[in-house]
Amino acid sequence: MTLDSKVPDGPIADKWDKHRFSIKLVNPANKRKFKIIVVGTGLAGASAAASLAELGYEVEVFTYHDSPRRAHSIAAQGGINAAKNYRNDGDSIYRLFYDTVKGGDYRAREANVYRLAQLSVNIIDQAVAQGVPFAREYGGLLDNRSFGGAQVSRTFYAAGQTGQQLLLGAYQAMMRQVGLGAVKLDVRSEMLDLVVKDGRAAGIITRDLVSGEVGRHTAHAVVLATGGYSNVFFLSTNAKACNTSAIWRAHRRGALFANPCYTQIHPTCIPQNDEFQSKLTLMSESLRNDGRIWVPKDPAESRSDAEIPAGERDYFLERQYPAFGNLVPRDVASRAVKRVVDQGKGVGARKNGVYLDFSTAIERLGQDKIEERYSNLFEMYDRITDENPYKSPMRIYPAPHYTMGGLWVDYNLMTTIPGLYAIGEANFSDHGANRLGASALMQGLADGYFVLPYTIGDYVSGMLGDPPIATDDLAFVQTEQEVKERVDQFLANRGTRSVDHYHRELGHLMWTYCGMSRDRAGLEKAISEIPALYEEFRSDARVLGVNEQLNQSLEKAGRVDDFFQLGLLMCQDALHREESCGGHFREEHQYPDGEAKRDDENFAYVAAWQWTGAEPELIKEPLVFEEVHPTTRSYK
Amino acid sequence: MRVALNVWRQPGADAAGGFRSYMVEDISEDMSFLEMLDVLNDRLTNQGEEPIAFEHDCREGICGSCGMMINGQPHGGQPATATCQLHMRKFEEGATITVEPWRASAFPVIRDLVVDRAAFDHIVAAGGFISAPTGEAPEANLIPVPKEVADTAFNAAACIGCGACVAACPNSAAQLFTAAKVSHLNLLPQGQPERYLRAERMVDTMEKFFGSCTNHGECERACPKEISIDFIALLNKDYLKAKVVNRGLASRI
Repeated sequence: MTLDSKVPDGPIADKWDKHRFSIKLVNPANKRKFKIIVVGTGLAGASAAASLAELGYEVEVFTYHDSPRRAHSIAAQGGINAAKNYRNDGDSIYRLFYDTVKGGDYRAREANVYRLAQLSVNIIDQAVAQGVPFAREYGGLLDNRSFGGAQVSRTFYAAGQTGQQLLLGAYQAMMRQVGLGAVKLDVRSEMLDLVVKDGRAAGIITRDLVSGEVGRHTAHAVVLATGGYSNVFFLSTNAKACNTSAIWRAHRRGALFANPCYTQIHPTCIPQNDEFQSKLTLMSESLRNDGRIWVPKDPAESRSDAEIPAGERDYFLERQYPAFGNLVPRDVASRAVKRVVDQGKGVGARKNGVYLDFSTAIERLGQDKIEERYSNLFEMYDRITDENPYKSPMRIYPAPHYTMGGLWVDYNLMTTIPGLYAIGEANFSDHGANRLGASALMQGLADGYFVLPYTIGDYVSGMLGDPPIATDDLAFVQTEQEVKERVDQFLANRGTRSVDHYHRELGHLMWTYCGMSRDRAGLEKAISEIPALYEEFRSDARVLGVNEQLNQSLEKAGRVDDFFQLGLLMCQDALHREESCGGHFREEHQYPDGEAKRDDENFAYVAAWQWTGAEPELIKEPLVFEEVHPTTRSYK
Repeated sequence: MRVALNVWRQPGADAAGGFRSYMVEDISEDMSFLEMLDVLNDRLTNQGEEPIAFEHDCREGICGSCGMMINGQPHGGQPATATCQLHMRKFEEGATITVEPWRASAFPVIRDLVVDRAAFDHIVAAGGFISAPTGEAPEANLIPVPKEVADTAFNAAACIGCGACVAACPNSAAQLFTAAKVSHLNLLPQGQPERYLRAERMVDTMEKFFGSCTNHGECERACPKEISIDFIALLNKDYLKAKVVNRGLASRI
């Protein structure tokens, strides 16, 4: 199998225009003849569902939440990038494109990134028209701030709740279509498998989480907007229900999974407090605009932060990266934090964090200004830790936050299964090996509002006159049967330990061997231990209750089962990639100063994995850089 | 620390429910309330008793999934705190804590502490949006919004849709939820064309599900996002005016 990215020819700035002209259209009267399923209602899913319904397609949307507004996009804090150049500071589409390719450590597809940068400006327009209450200046115009990996201020924000406000905008646009009868909404309904007929996506199998009923749903095309898989680590900043099952089941049905080992460890999260901790909480990257990161120079330091004189503090990011200072990209910051904590310089009772200190900014700007910018984050920190960050510095440490890997998609966002699309975090496309801050919201909305609605027409136009596959087709019947058997198996097990127990164990393995830094020995150990633990999980996980009632342990069992399989593939991918790039850091491949050592000669490709049931097969999509020539990333 | 829990258990929507008591020992005061429930659930599972069903997701107070009556107060009664942000350090050693689902007939119990809040989505679908189809938007800075208007709209838009306002209200009214959404959109210049239609449609839909507001103010105190009841005044004003404006429009057509 070879991968065709379908990137159009021509100069990079013209590719998307040219492509939009060359792909096929569906006339307005015919659009209603096509049924499209969207799974997931985060930024990507909700924006896609709204836009497709506005165009006239028949849309059915599925979410496992009680309301589409709960999707985890809601928790994004800091902001959304756009190349508006409102600050007159030298920004441009080309600069956003350049920063994103460089920030991704030269492991993203140039044409996709350029399109993303182009569409970024439309997203802000769209969101403002919907009433998203972005922060504004006194003159009534939009405010901006800066984010990691950029030297311009191009980030639009709504206090520390930008994701919430953008999601509500997309959700409301979608609910308008629900009210108009153009979108059918199925809540508390989880996709448990993809139905493939004659090599094409034909629909999905879902389980109603309240009644337990397993149902068949057919469509001309299926869109997965189901987010990322950071919860493979158990402890992450993701919401508790975030999972890989939709994309993993699609992978097992033939969709290639790209770059699974590219995981983002976000530098500024509240350190783990005790062994019962259920999740980690992010403190927005925007805090690094005004917060200074430091540790005591002396590992044996016992004084409180305020008593340590300036000369005995190590502002290590400012020292090591004078050009970008505290605003280096996430992967660089996370590793620097890990290095100092590994050196024993960590702060707090468990010595497992570093200070993020606002005293200089409060002195310079006054507490009012800091409150205006970050009050909700400061309150959140106070509530969790019982410490007041206006008075003493925050303590932070990196935590799994985002996954750059995902289903392989071409320029049209179609996976290797015709008719199956993946958008937002669920695909691998735009962030390479490391995502820059405030770019996830941008990508989810670009995919949903402005890319998929065009490209999906190109595919369905070829099916004019064909009804969707009937749900009594053998493909549906068989897939449904497999889903039911899997559900029954978890219930029949009656093992001895809870699903959460096994999830924690898996997470511990993944974090230890496939977390912030990886090496051959550790990965090999994980690859040998995961299958054994998985076997134990399969035979010993205890799921009480029945299928025909709301059963949260049963829901978790299926998700954790898929995390086991994905976790193994992540380790295999990490082991094969004998280089360090972005969020993937191999101990064996570093410069003497600890910076990541990329190997462009041998690894400038997308690693797309094919499910075989045994050893996965690697298929490569070479990355060609015509515009931005890979160099060693320097933020010094 | 240790606490005693009285938890509402109800196997399904149509099944009878009742309180069950659990002693939860050896927990840390730094745990969140939901982490304490996780520990209890793990122990229940080990003992062969089905875990307590409760809704939760982001666990940082923004998704609005979690919500339960804790000692008779939505989210436990701490100011500006959703259940997931409530920590055990706020309880006394050995305390007895009563935990129930939201109390409101518009939010029927699905199981244990999980209720159905779909009525909120119906209110939004009725008018909680600005009709701006994808692609029609003008350049963003062509719509200046005075900072204080944007900030006030944001304060209203901060609603997380958890339902605490309804659960706190003696009438099970959803005025604060509806007012927050109406105010967010009706304050902004972009929201003006549909201002009165929005107010009327959302209120009329709300009234199909929820009780009426009689100004107790319990909703404001219960709201984890501290949404002000001033927005209810704005809603009432717009709704009243809508009855005239919308009729006037109709008679002109």
